[in-house]
Amino acid sequence: MNTKKEAQELPQEVELLLPWHAAGTLSRRDAARVEQALANDNELARRYDMVRDELGEAIRLNESLGAPSSRAMEKLFAKIDAEPVRKPKIAFSITDWMTEFVAGFSPRTLAYAASVAALAIVLQAGLLASIFVKDGTGYSTASIPQLDQNARGSFVHVRFNPQATVDDITKFLIENKAVVLGGPAAGSGLFTLRVAETQLSPAELGAIVKMMAKSPVVGFTVPAAQP
Amino acid sequence: MQVLFARHHVRVFRFVLRLVRNEATAEDLISEVFLDVWRQAGKFEGRAAVSTWLLAIARFKALSVLRRKPEQELDEAAAEAIEDTSDTPDVTLEKKEKGELIRKCLTSLSAEHREIIDLVYYHEKSVEEVAGIVGIPEATVKTRMFYARKKLAELLKAQGIERGWP
Repeated sequence: MNTKKEAQELPQEVELLLPWHAAGTLSRRDAARVEQALANDNELARRYDMVRDELGEAIRLNESLGAPSSRAMEKLFAKIDAEPVRKPKIAFSITDWMTEFVAGFSPRTLAYAASVAALAIVLQAGLLASIFVKDGTGYSTASIPQLDQNARGSFVHVRFNPQATVDDITKFLIENKAVVLGGPAAGSGLFTLRVAETQLSPAELGAIVKMMAKSPVVGFTVPAAQP
Repeated sequence: MQVLFARHHVRVFRFVLRLVRNEATAEDLISEVFLDVWRQAGKFEGRAAVSTWLLAIARFKALSVLRRKPEQELDEAAAEAIEDTSDTPDVTLEKKEKGELIRKCLTSLSAEHREIIDLVYYHEKSVEEVAGIVGIPEATVKTRMFYARKKLAELLKAQGIERGWP
């Protein structure tokens, strides 16, 4: 019965939100809802003024309470000093370990480490390129790779986009049943791909080139002259 | 820890002081609160603001003290006593500012009502954060705040300030 009576005297939800609106802690949606209600309801706006009075005085009251003495801080740090040394964690966390490990280095050491890491990445890129062009014949000054006279099949020249990863290129080659025969050519960066075991007609080869050109992996492609 | 303490200890102290109403106890409590924080730093999951976490710990500590000691707050009888010792409403209004009376009545509220008013108005906690600190549903937070304000209005009325609400 009492609960029913209490429920009856409760105002609309929007009025219940007035204290939070005055404190500025409502979500944007609720704040807009309250603003709209305040604009349309003079009595609610009058009550909102009361809320703002209360808020101001509550802040003033709390601010008048002052601050604790330095005794509180001294007591706290004395207690912390008296605490037993914490045991190391039993569970090993690789991220925690890495964080502590890296944090142990000086900035200068970290700079050297970063340089070494950058060098390693460059060397790795070179290694990958040499593996990728496994049939390459070494450095060439020609801008268009020259095909082996004994090569059989149909061929295209392709320049891969600089953003393409090795994974992207591998996927592209598999999808197009292509094999890298040579490259990258100095100056042009072109690779030679074999796209068919047999000699295709110019129209068929042109269709393959057109399809390859649509791939985001490829920046440029052109049919290669038959050897 | 020093930075955390420097940043939050005053507000935590005021929150606790408003609950326990004793400066020495409040000071003891805040060192207990920050010691707990130091011990449990690894358990802080970052789902709530640090200040919300601190206030929740502080509230728990303050309530533990209040349970051990007799309630020191002013109860209904004490609130009435304020009224008895006051001047007539007209004289009161002449002598004292309305703000001062509001502050006086805010002090006369029950611990439960003081707590929610301080959390909302002074500590700027959202409905959700108050629910987390006090450990009650969000709907209860809203209604408790309403009843706290209603009680405040009644105390003000008794002091001669008629606000036309409730």
